[in-house]
Amino acid sequence: MTLTVESVNSRIDEICADYPVDEASLIEILHDISSEYNFLPADALRRVSERLDVPIARVYGVATFYKGFSLTPRGKTIIRVCKGTACHVRGGDRNLDELQRILGIGAGETSEDLEYTLEVVNCVGACAMAPVVVENETYHRNATPTDMKRMITGEGSDEDEGGDE
Amino acid sequence: MRFNNIKQLEEHREQALKNQQKVKNTILVCGGTGCLASGARDVEDELRKQLAEQGIDMEVELQVKITGCHGFCERGPIVSFIPSGILYEKVKPKHVEEIIEKTIKNDKIVTKLIYKDPATKKKVQQYEEIPFYKHQTRIALRNIGQLDPTSLDDYLVRDGFKGLVKALGMKPGEIVDEIDKSGLRGRGGGGFPTARKWKSCIKAEGEKRYIICNGDEGDPGAFMDRSIMEGDPFDVLEGMIIGAYAIGCEEGFIYVRQEYPLAVVNLRKAIDILREVGLLGENILGSGLNFDIKIARGGGAFVCGESSALMKSVAGKIGEPRAKYIHSTEKGLYDLPTVLNNVETFVNIPIIIEKGGDWFTQFGTEKSRGTKAFALVGRVNNTGLVEVPMGITLRELIFEIGGGIQKGREFKAVQTGGPSGGCIPNELLDLKVDFDELTEQGSMMGSGGMIVMDERTCMVDVARYFLDFLKEESCGKCVPCREGLRQLTALYDRIVAGYGTLEDLDKIEWLAQDVMIGSLCALGKSAPNPVLSTIQFFRDEYEEHIRDKHCRAGVCKALTRLVIHDECIACGKCIEVCPTDAITGAKKTVHVLDQEKCIACGSCVEICPVDCIKVEPVKVAGEVAS
Repeated sequence: MTLTVESVNSRIDEICADYPVDEASLIEILHDISSEYNFLPADALRRVSERLDVPIARVYGVATFYKGFSLTPRGKTIIRVCKGTACHVRGGDRNLDELQRILGIGAGETSEDLEYTLEVVNCVGACAMAPVVVENETYHRNATPTDMKRMITGEGSDEDEGGDE
Repeated sequence: MRFNNIKQLEEHREQALKNQQKVKNTILVCGGTGCLASGARDVEDELRKQLAEQGIDMEVELQVKITGCHGFCERGPIVSFIPSGILYEKVKPKHVEEIIEKTIKNDKIVTKLIYKDPATKKKVQQYEEIPFYKHQTRIALRNIGQLDPTSLDDYLVRDGFKGLVKALGMKPGEIVDEIDKSGLRGRGGGGFPTARKWKSCIKAEGEKRYIICNGDEGDPGAFMDRSIMEGDPFDVLEGMIIGAYAIGCEEGFIYVRQEYPLAVVNLRKAIDILREVGLLGENILGSGLNFDIKIARGGGAFVCGESSALMKSVAGKIGEPRAKYIHSTEKGLYDLPTVLNNVETFVNIPIIIEKGGDWFTQFGTEKSRGTKAFALVGRVNNTGLVEVPMGITLRELIFEIGGGIQKGREFKAVQTGGPSGGCIPNELLDLKVDFDELTEQGSMMGSGGMIVMDERTCMVDVARYFLDFLKEESCGKCVPCREGLRQLTALYDRIVAGYGTLEDLDKIEWLAQDVMIGSLCALGKSAPNPVLSTIQFFRDEYEEHIRDKHCRAGVCKALTRLVIHDECIACGKCIEVCPTDAITGAKKTVHVLDQEKCIACGSCVEICPVDCIKVEPVKVAGEVAS
């Protein structure tokens, strides 16, 4: 998908129309842009700055302060490894290590073919299933390095896990 | 449909009750995040599909509802039945046929889906008889798992908006007095008396006031607010509407973490419904109260759980906190008087107003009234969401409700209060859980995350983990927090790499004190708690790391050497899980671990059925460190 200035402008105008012209709308609008493009394109930020009449520096300030936003394109599949305390205590780091090993990218990075983005998140609030790895919208509970391998390579992929009786 | 006055609302409630009474049976499928991850949706779809195929009437005969989190996430997907009270665990789509045949058509139990108490080995079919539930007292969580979170009728049937109806017949001051009488304190962790906060906002000068609900549950290891917002959104909103009436405000915000998409969806639906029926908007129930609520999504910044940073974020700015001497009740959002309460605080309001402040005081202790929801997680058997009266001991929580430690391992510590809290050791397990007792021991009750740790948890690593977390999350505004946490982390990095000295330990202690004194907001001020409490209670582990180059839990990789002992039964499980193929072995021969290839990840230790893979000291410091 190539992003032209015109297409970005018109899409951003549509998004902004849903919100009051006020700095308070900024974070909500950035969220919407993020779900639209999977990241925050520079042209989009410039347009938002114009529409809301908020200095571009302040828009960038917000876009870089909050971890939920990315200024670079992210992969088709976003893998989020939970680093909450419960996941940490139950060995969540092992999953991160394994994913880094298999994908060859570090936390916060995107693979060159834009297939995968690997992220570390503080806590997804699913602590009872620790350690948790979220693949786009799918939560993998009690995840192990073996599951990670299976998730990426698809070997013997069987979602029916968890039931032990 | 719109309720112009209380009478119309009550008439509708009557009708909803009548409709509900007609329903013979209800199946509740848990739709909490845990159960959804284990396939609850598939179970629901299969149920609906098969019921439709069999021509069973799903309006009157049998209703299927997807609810909020039942709390018993460990055993999910959970399916329960009203009125029989039967609870099935770990239900899969393949079980649906049998459930319909036996339970729905013939009132019989599917034995294999019933909870088995590991202690007594007895099968327990009733929801309330399961030890996990039996010892709980549910007030804040009373509706969750019992209703469809986005059905107003379901909420009304369970006495929803009775608190608001009563409140609108009272003077605003009387409402605050009632809250005062209840002794309710802020559930977000601070424990500040709610009534006092409201009073001070009422007294403050300003052209208008704001009310904000803090749903930025940032503490790792906590998901109480998530479950409440997802599972009972009307209750949160009702609490806010009562608050708005009491303090006299027209605009409210609910700030939700971006990591909680389902909470946003359900709150949005609930807000839309309330606007439609006139419970939000102008002249609510003909009382003259005008009030509306907006959702503000967070952007993924831990510091935004802090009140002043949160208000900045609501205003669309960078979430940097400001000094505490300016009270947000006087100068909060847009420098106007603002009440900010936690999600759990707000859900306690409607029932306190409905039943009276005195009713609430029967629960809990003298200074900490009521109940508290906890996320009981980590290396405990029954992980999940629980609610207990304040004053319960940690032992009761972990061993009676939590069912003890996984795999029969040794309890080591329980971490409360998130990154601001501390670790409490075995010898203090009889401490009472309330706002004050845990604080005296250098921890705090906090918002309710309770992470249980066992012998496979390294306390040095835990402290380092929290430091690392806070270092990343420090907003960078003040130097002691930004630089102090960085330097503390560097000292810890030395220790876990095997280069630490005993002087480093002293340095850590005094630097921690400095960060505590010098930081601007609670993030920095409380950041040293995990450090100081682990040094206080687990100093021997630190010394082992430094002196013996040994991490007894086998967590700090540079200080861990894994050795397979002769008890090995040659089952091959460790060979399968080893990510670097460092283990070799054949049938009937003790497996061998190649130290060169081993990355000390510990996967083999976790899977070994006979615990024959032991953690041994690394003799020379730094040699294994890569």
